[in-house]
Amino acid sequence: MKQFLRYLNVKELVRPIGQMLAFSLGSAAVMSAIILVLALVLDKTAVGTALVNKLNVSLFSYTLSNLPQVVIDGLTIGFVYAAIALGYTMVYGVLQFINFAHSEIFAVGAFVGVEVLIFLQTLGVLSGASVFMAYAYLSLAILLAMLAAGGLAVTVEKIAYRPLRNAPRLVPLTAAIGVSFLLQDLIRLVEGLTTGQFNRIIPTFGNFDDRITGKMTLGATKLFIGISVKSIIVIVAAVLMLVALNYLVNATKVGKAIRAVSQDMRTASLMGINVNRIISITFLVGGLLGGAAGLLYALKFTRIDPFIGFFPGIKAFTAAVLGGIGNMTGALLGGIILGLLETFAGSYLGVFTMGAAGSEYKDIFAFSILILVLIFRPQGLMGKNVGQKA
Amino acid sequence: MAATSFKEVFDKLNQGVVGYVVILLHVVAGSYLVYSQPRSNLAFLVFISSLLSLYFFRADNRFKILVGMLLALVIIPVIGVRNIFYLEVIFQISVFAALSLGLNIVVGFTGLLNLGYVAFYAVGAYLWAFFGSQQFYVLNYAPGTQPPDLPFLLPGDAFYLFLLVAVIIAAITGILLGLPVMRLKGDYLAIVTLGFGEVIRVLANNLDKPINLTNGPQGITPIQRPTMPEWVVDLFNSLFSGVIGHDVKLADMYNVMFYFFALLVIIAIIFVTKRLDDSKIGRAWTAVREDEIAAVAQGIPIVRMKLLAFAVGASFAGLMGVLLAASRTFISPESFNFMQSIGVLSMVILGGIGSIPGVILGAAVLTILNLQVLQGFSLYLNDLRQSDAVIPVINFAWKDLSTQLDPAKYQKLLFGLILIIMMIFRPEGLIPAKRRKRDVSVDETK
Repeated sequence: MKQFLRYLNVKELVRPIGQMLAFSLGSAAVMSAIILVLALVLDKTAVGTALVNKLNVSLFSYTLSNLPQVVIDGLTIGFVYAAIALGYTMVYGVLQFINFAHSEIFAVGAFVGVEVLIFLQTLGVLSGASVFMAYAYLSLAILLAMLAAGGLAVTVEKIAYRPLRNAPRLVPLTAAIGVSFLLQDLIRLVEGLTTGQFNRIIPTFGNFDDRITGKMTLGATKLFIGISVKSIIVIVAAVLMLVALNYLVNATKVGKAIRAVSQDMRTASLMGINVNRIISITFLVGGLLGGAAGLLYALKFTRIDPFIGFFPGIKAFTAAVLGGIGNMTGALLGGIILGLLETFAGSYLGVFTMGAAGSEYKDIFAFSILILVLIFRPQGLMGKNVGQKA
Repeated sequence: MAATSFKEVFDKLNQGVVGYVVILLHVVAGSYLVYSQPRSNLAFLVFISSLLSLYFFRADNRFKILVGMLLALVIIPVIGVRNIFYLEVIFQISVFAALSLGLNIVVGFTGLLNLGYVAFYAVGAYLWAFFGSQQFYVLNYAPGTQPPDLPFLLPGDAFYLFLLVAVIIAAITGILLGLPVMRLKGDYLAIVTLGFGEVIRVLANNLDKPINLTNGPQGITPIQRPTMPEWVVDLFNSLFSGVIGHDVKLADMYNVMFYFFALLVIIAIIFVTKRLDDSKIGRAWTAVREDEIAAVAQGIPIVRMKLLAFAVGASFAGLMGVLLAASRTFISPESFNFMQSIGVLSMVILGGIGSIPGVILGAAVLTILNLQVLQGFSLYLNDLRQSDAVIPVINFAWKDLSTQLDPAKYQKLLFGLILIIMMIFRPEGLIPAKRRKRDVSVDETK
């Protein structure tokens, strides 16, 4: 044990957990404070009275009573975004290239995982499974999803990106868009030919749909805190992966090589690093994370179709830019902030604008943030300067 | 090496009267085939490819222009009216050719990847859709609840005014969008334009409340068209009804008119592009594309130049949007999704970034693939499904083929494949842009 601990870099295991805690709690607290102040301010205006007339509840207590659920949902989706964003940011760090097809890698992960579960269901092992076995099956599905997505990411890199490594910047980007489109329709084709339908629903099994609920009284308002087991699984799985990734990058030899390649590819190759292998590994790691995120997303939202990758992909990219592209801690922070912002917007926009704009604008919220970030802080929250000298 | 030797053989052949003979033969044969077999896709391909021989074979420029005008102004409308499906294909080709040429200014000349190009198209389309329909009086009604007979806000002929208005509005939109991102690397611009495309689509989908601006997912209809004078139809009929075999109806005449409009836009774009390309601005664009830092060192205001390219590209898309709204008399947000943007981009890339003939070829090839080949393939598969045929070796009955396999619905696969294959094997496109030498001597620039 002692021998083992000596090789284990404990600091690199503790540090990311601390970061994640700080980021989640910090951004959740800041956003909650803002929304509560906003609610207090608007309580006495037309917005507040409109709500009182409609639901007979004051704006402030409405906001407060919904807040815990919103924060939990936001964090759940935020961690999924973070896991996808890391795939973008790692590839960007190494190749300075936006891997547009990453959203489809995510979708493939979701499909492989869900198909594995559906297959297990047809075998009949899912319905009567004990809680322990349910988790074992879910882990198996996640593992297979990760392997499929990782393998696909490496293959795509070999076939479509490697021949274009020295081409002008827009050439690989265009190829990546092509790969993204191709994969979307390939998923549709394969699903259509084998199952005859391409909207798949994840089977229900285990205790994933249970909710752990609690009650809390805060002044006049009763707070109902409910967290579904699904959300806990998503968050825990994402945290585990992120810790593992952080360990891989910051405390192993391979990770050192990845960092070296992303700093300076040519010098790294002079130091005896096999650059092609490192790039493959980078895609593999990004793909593994993306694939797992895909199944977690499917678990959370239950229904998937071949185009599910598009919006999470774009949002995760936004998260990566928000945090500072190329920066892994930044991607984590960006994902959490974006997930929270989006869920806050989705839940409160309708009430705060008196129904004029509602959660249907949730999906474009990310773009507005992206544009704002690019205007005011193009290097992102934690990144290096990316602006071209002008 | 095969390519060069083919080129040499082609050049050797392509001399003297050969060009004239081939062009004439091709045009006549194509026209005859389409005329005599109005249902055949193959005949249409032979016909439309005559534009290719017109481009590739050597002949006097005046001769080429004459034949081209004959094709565009007489033969295509006549054949199109004879078989409305062809006119639709040709109209789509010209719409997409115009859009691709507009995008080509942005992507090809300045090297800015715009993934949300149809957003500007949508801006133009919704502009005319709002002012050229009854939508102004529907503002306070939820979609589907408006009273039946509302007046139109503007007369149909305001269409011509709005062609101009759309150019200006779209250009302003382009500048507003471009301002925040022009200082950044190209791939950021790609993502932001993609996002903008989605924003416009989502807005179009959802701005039916609080006030009903866009009528939501149901789209706006009817949209007015400019009036068509009676005498135009009469004239066309008196000239061509003998050849066509029946009298032309007003609706078909409108299709011909919009085809001509699209053609005019194409000519305008080509003219503008060529003039700009030869000007200071065009050279500045090329410089920005090739090396931004060097361009700055030369004293080129790159942000202004990029914005200009962005605005010019956007304005053409806005123009085509007005045209689309009027020609279809109906628009809905789904006409402006991300796939359309990528489709137009694929056309530019397939044909050849920066190359005018290439881009037109790309638009034609992809539109024909999309409308004729994929759909033809779908119909063929359907026929096979209904037959008792069996694939011999693997003993697979066509009847059992999944109905999901419908090639007409797999456009993304096609676009994706084209993008990847072109990028890996021929990034300069089918007809690469000619890199002209800009030497000191004036003669060589020609």
